[in-house]
Amino acid sequence: MRVALFLTCVNDTLYPDTGRAVVKLLTRLGVEVDFPMAQTCCGQAHYNTGYRREAEPLARHFSDVFGEYEAIVTPSGSCGAMVRELYPRMAARARAEGRGSTLATALAPVVPKTYELTEFLVDVLGVTDVGAYYPHRVTYHPTCHGLRGLGLGDRPRRLLQAVKGLELVELPGADECCGFGGTFALKNADVSAAMGADKVRNAESTGAEVLCAADNSCLMHIGGTMARLRTGMRPVHIAEILAVTEEEPTL
Amino acid sequence: MSGTFVGMPAFPAAAHEAVRDQTLRGNLRHATHTIRAKREKAVAEVADWAQLREAGRRIKDHTLRHLDRYLEQVEEAVTAAGGTVHWAVDADEANRIVTDLVKATGESEVVKVKSMATQEIGLNEALEAEGIRAYETDLAELIVQLGKDRPSHILVPAIHRNRGEIRDIFAREMREWGRPAPDGLTDTPAELAEAARLHLREKFLRAKVGVSGANFMVAETGTLVVVESEGNGRMCLTLPETLISVVGIEKIVPTWRDLEVFLQTLPRSSTAERMNPYTSTWTGTTDGDGPRTFHLVLLDNGRTDTLADEVGRQALRCIRCSACLNVCPVYERAGGHAYGSVYPGPIGAILSPQLRGTASEIDASLPYASSLCGACYEVCPVAIDIPEVLVHLRERVVEGGPVTRAGNKVVLKPAKGHAAERAAMRAARWAFAHPGALRTGQRLASRTRRFHPRTLPGPGRAWSGSRDLPPVPAEPFRDWWQRTHGGKDGAK
Repeated sequence: MRVALFLTCVNDTLYPDTGRAVVKLLTRLGVEVDFPMAQTCCGQAHYNTGYRREAEPLARHFSDVFGEYEAIVTPSGSCGAMVRELYPRMAARARAEGRGSTLATALAPVVPKTYELTEFLVDVLGVTDVGAYYPHRVTYHPTCHGLRGLGLGDRPRRLLQAVKGLELVELPGADECCGFGGTFALKNADVSAAMGADKVRNAESTGAEVLCAADNSCLMHIGGTMARLRTGMRPVHIAEILAVTEEEPTL
Repeated sequence: MSGTFVGMPAFPAAAHEAVRDQTLRGNLRHATHTIRAKREKAVAEVADWAQLREAGRRIKDHTLRHLDRYLEQVEEAVTAAGGTVHWAVDADEANRIVTDLVKATGESEVVKVKSMATQEIGLNEALEAEGIRAYETDLAELIVQLGKDRPSHILVPAIHRNRGEIRDIFAREMREWGRPAPDGLTDTPAELAEAARLHLREKFLRAKVGVSGANFMVAETGTLVVVESEGNGRMCLTLPETLISVVGIEKIVPTWRDLEVFLQTLPRSSTAERMNPYTSTWTGTTDGDGPRTFHLVLLDNGRTDTLADEVGRQALRCIRCSACLNVCPVYERAGGHAYGSVYPGPIGAILSPQLRGTASEIDASLPYASSLCGACYEVCPVAIDIPEVLVHLRERVVEGGPVTRAGNKVVLKPAKGHAAERAAMRAARWAFAHPGALRTGQRLASRTRRFHPRTLPGPGRAWSGSRDLPPVPAEPFRDWWQRTHGGKDGAK
């Protein structure tokens, strides 16, 4: 199976390790991975801040870049939800506003074959034990767009539970938002920071060394708060946990 | 007491204070988490909750689609039952109607059932200006009124107060309004409730005019419905000689059968109860029983304009259960007052800027008072997609666009203060449409990584005030890919 990695602009620029982890993991599981170099951004920041029309060319660009692949895999619940949940809505509104149905035609084939990483592993590849080894105490934060946007359910937990050596501890108030919310973190900085601090305090109470999530944007906010509060906990993307094995403990 | 919330600071500024108020944060956290857990249990008991939610959504949508027809049906039925119907296009007209009706009775005081609609129009202040005193009789409303405060929650207006604060307010203020609080009042709930009961009883027995809102209006019989927990509402609805009900036009359900759906979903969503302790219904007037005169004031105040908006109209499905407030992480930290509107929380963030327009600073900031986490949509018993409407209203704020105001189509200009952001968004879109430009930017960031400041200037300061920035990696992913995979298709 040949899939395209949609890494997202945030991961590409700031978290290349996550991308390398996804490549390593999928390759180990026998999947042929390609990274189309023309990919950029899904347009979520534009869309969610109210610049819906600015997001449309980016959605078109996405379909141009990824249209030909069997499946598109992304290690971001948030960008995955943008494609799957909001692209169809965007296309419907373009049509309703009399701008024709070309956007809908362009997006129709890419939307259903876009998968968030844990979804792809569990639903498409049908694996929960990916052969990883990670001897640490880990707590899992289900990000809002993964949890409610894509409905990832217990897939990430099942994958983590199957990791050798990993002790998974429940995060109190797990389904509460960490306070990132894209431009929300800038526009409502005080509330965002208060939400982040509460999330970090809850994580700290678990005694875990690592807080893991399937989205680096939320991890950037949580991790930045952890560093500022000097908690000693580390934020780690789930792909980076699933990628390492006893034989190859580093990326 | 400032009843209308006009001229309040924008949400981020108001929230700035609230986030630092430890007492407020504690009160809110305790209250919302308690009711959140209870609601979850109460909802889980119902096997067909998803179907009830869908039924509620459909009934409301159907009614809104044929609102003109159902409103006429309500008017006919209420009139046939001996009531009088008045139409109020906005707050001023509604206040004038009610004030004139009270004056015509010769009375100078009224008792009130808790009502969001009368708060929305600032009725108490309007009555006061005409020398009429309005007594709130809902326990939490009483606390707010005595404390010269503003409500901060749809269901629990005094949610921001704890028992100690309530004791102090009662001991200090009850004397001013009627029967004083008993000497040596403590902060035990039973004593506080008894003090309120004695204070209010006087007013119930004396009042000749009652003012209410309604949770629902049943079109087929012209019946109004109030659901409540304390029984004070029933006192206001039955004891006075004249009853004046001010009701938003979106409160209609076509039949009693439809009402059944909401009498299940509302209490479980709001107070986590299987049914409300008091469900009162009244239809016109009845000889020898209850008020001899009944007036229904049907309130528009921006509702038909909201109805004209295809995306935003779903806000009119709201049955004011406040489940969205109780799960909202933003509401929990910022408190209800920060929303600067009678309707706080997620529903307030989409309802107020539609009813009032987005011209003021506070109304333009409300669509951004959310991280779009989606918890509000998940709990909404009538499935209002609040995040969708928030984004829709954000677009109105930053780009302007067509809206309906007072029945006329107008094109709004973008709100002030978004020019720099709009330019940045356009620039970012351009860069993202040109992968080469993105790559140049990434490389520049990587090469200069040692010189990056730890705190950011401008809008970025909001980030670096409480969070560390992630370090920029030496090599973006695409460069690593190019180097290791040569930009060719396929890994190995």
